[in-house]
Amino acid sequence: MSALDWAVLIAATLGIAGYGWWQTRGPQGFERYVRGDPQTGWLTIGLSVMATQASAITFLSTPGQGYADGMRFVQMYFGLPIAMVIIAAVFLPRFRRLKVLTAYEFLGQRFDGKTRLLGASLFLVQRGLGAGLTIYAPSIIIASIMGWSLNLTIVLSSILVIVYTVSGGNEAVNVTQKFQMLLIFSGLIVAFLVIAAKMPAGVSLMDAVRVAGISGRLKAIDYSADPNNRYTLWSGLIGGTFLALAYFGSDQSQVQRYLSGKSLRQSRLGLVFNGLMKIPMQVFILFLGTLVFAFYQFERPPLFFNQVAWRQAAQRPGGDALAALENRFDAAHAAHEKNLRAWLEARHAHDPPAETAARAAVASSDDALRQIRSEAGATLVAVNPKADKKDADYVFLTFVMDHLPHGVIGLLVAVIFAGGLSSVAGELTALGATMTVDFYRGPFRPSESDAHYVAASKWFTALWGLIALAFAFFCQFADNLIQAVNLIGSIFYGPTLGLFVVAFFLKRVGGNAVFWGAALAEALVIAIHFTGKVAFLWYNPIGVGACVLFSGVFQMFCRARPGFPEGSAAA
Amino acid sequence: MKPVDPVGESSDEAPGVPGFRSWRGVYIFLLAALAFYIVALALGSRWEQ
Repeated sequence: MSALDWAVLIAATLGIAGYGWWQTRGPQGFERYVRGDPQTGWLTIGLSVMATQASAITFLSTPGQGYADGMRFVQMYFGLPIAMVIIAAVFLPRFRRLKVLTAYEFLGQRFDGKTRLLGASLFLVQRGLGAGLTIYAPSIIIASIMGWSLNLTIVLSSILVIVYTVSGGNEAVNVTQKFQMLLIFSGLIVAFLVIAAKMPAGVSLMDAVRVAGISGRLKAIDYSADPNNRYTLWSGLIGGTFLALAYFGSDQSQVQRYLSGKSLRQSRLGLVFNGLMKIPMQVFILFLGTLVFAFYQFERPPLFFNQVAWRQAAQRPGGDALAALENRFDAAHAAHEKNLRAWLEARHAHDPPAETAARAAVASSDDALRQIRSEAGATLVAVNPKADKKDADYVFLTFVMDHLPHGVIGLLVAVIFAGGLSSVAGELTALGATMTVDFYRGPFRPSESDAHYVAASKWFTALWGLIALAFAFFCQFADNLIQAVNLIGSIFYGPTLGLFVVAFFLKRVGGNAVFWGAALAEALVIAIHFTGKVAFLWYNPIGVGACVLFSGVFQMFCRARPGFPEGSAAA
Repeated sequence: MKPVDPVGESSDEAPGVPGFRSWRGVYIFLLAALAFYIVALALGSRWEQ
């Protein structure tokens, strides 16, 4: 990176963090520290909700998905608008009515202390692990491509976010997330314009889209009913709805965002904004990946995008095989480019017979390229068994570093950092709030002063930051990072959401029945995960269904419990 | 009379969005937007297929 890139990166990253710290400096009451500014409007809430979900992995991994697999990944988000409607209509009014600070406080009021602690514990385990992965995953990619120290990247980004989150609480998180999302939107638009302008000579933007189309990269909808198929229309609509319901409705890192609204109306509008904007945003990021794919059809890409792993393997015994593959790839790519240009020429000339012939040649040369890339992955692992043959997460940043102008490189690295900081900040403040409200104030110290709880919350937030930092050091490299984060969430989300579904809709079920129902449902989801026969998006509806079913059955064996009166937690 | 909860927030308060008189209308608009996204992506999937 040049001095200009560093200046843009440091100004954007430290500027936003510093502004958040400065805006929220000075003493705060406990409720304001946890809930944030009581005058927060819908736009801040909507951007904050989006920023918490969009981590650095989103900007590294999603374009890589677009490059390698096309637009199919977007189907995972089809359930999100449906979930926003349910949360805005059902969950939100109940949370606000009881003025709870955490979602699990609601469970305590509706059921009992142990169910509250069960919900809070499930959140702490999965979000604590998730926060570590949120720090680690982008750090290993950024450090590898930039040539930075991995440990230093992890430590510096963690310390920065811990400082402003602990200092300013939820208000600082909301303020910084708003500007981080604006930076992210700006960066993505600039990336699109620059990629469009960088297309090779003789290839227009429309040509690039056509090339993505014949390579199958624009296929966004898969109607398959195969439960093993990870991203389909049905898994997106059904599994995606349950995943989004669980994440936005029962995960404190999101509940805390929209509970900060100055009114029910503002909170609802923030959720609706998220429901409207999320799919277009994901489509746009995936589309950037497909454009990078089209670009690399005319410019020779690295045979393997994790260049550090590739170069290290080349130095090992047997590494000569990699050089031979590089030579084959050179020739195959040149032939493929020639075929693609012939197809575009025939298409521009409106010559259907030539177009058909050229298209067949493109399909054949594309198969040859895939074969060599597949061999490259297998050979890499044969030479170095510890290497990961997946390289999709390295595609976008490699493209940025190799082909984008100085200044834009700094901006896009700042976007990736903004995604990471905003997501980790939302997670840490929620972990600290849950520890203080549900584990400390509730059962142990219910009558301390406001200042005492603020201090406790700061300590717990810092502690979770350090736990996430420690976990980041010990993370194992995952197959695809964004999927790993969603997988961890899906294992725990179903039963957690089940607790809330029972709370809202099964008014006669009490604390004992739902507690054991959720515990058994969690055991069932973990058992299903180890069979490896069901795609992870389906864990969410299975977990919810099992929790509701088991709770209902257990309740039959418990003493009959009278329904809650209107206006109480169950209403 | 609108139900008013203990915090003083009415759960059926008008959304205050031009063109929408109720939250039901806002939610239907959001679901219609989802349908539009899916149809648009389905049509885009057939591009040059």
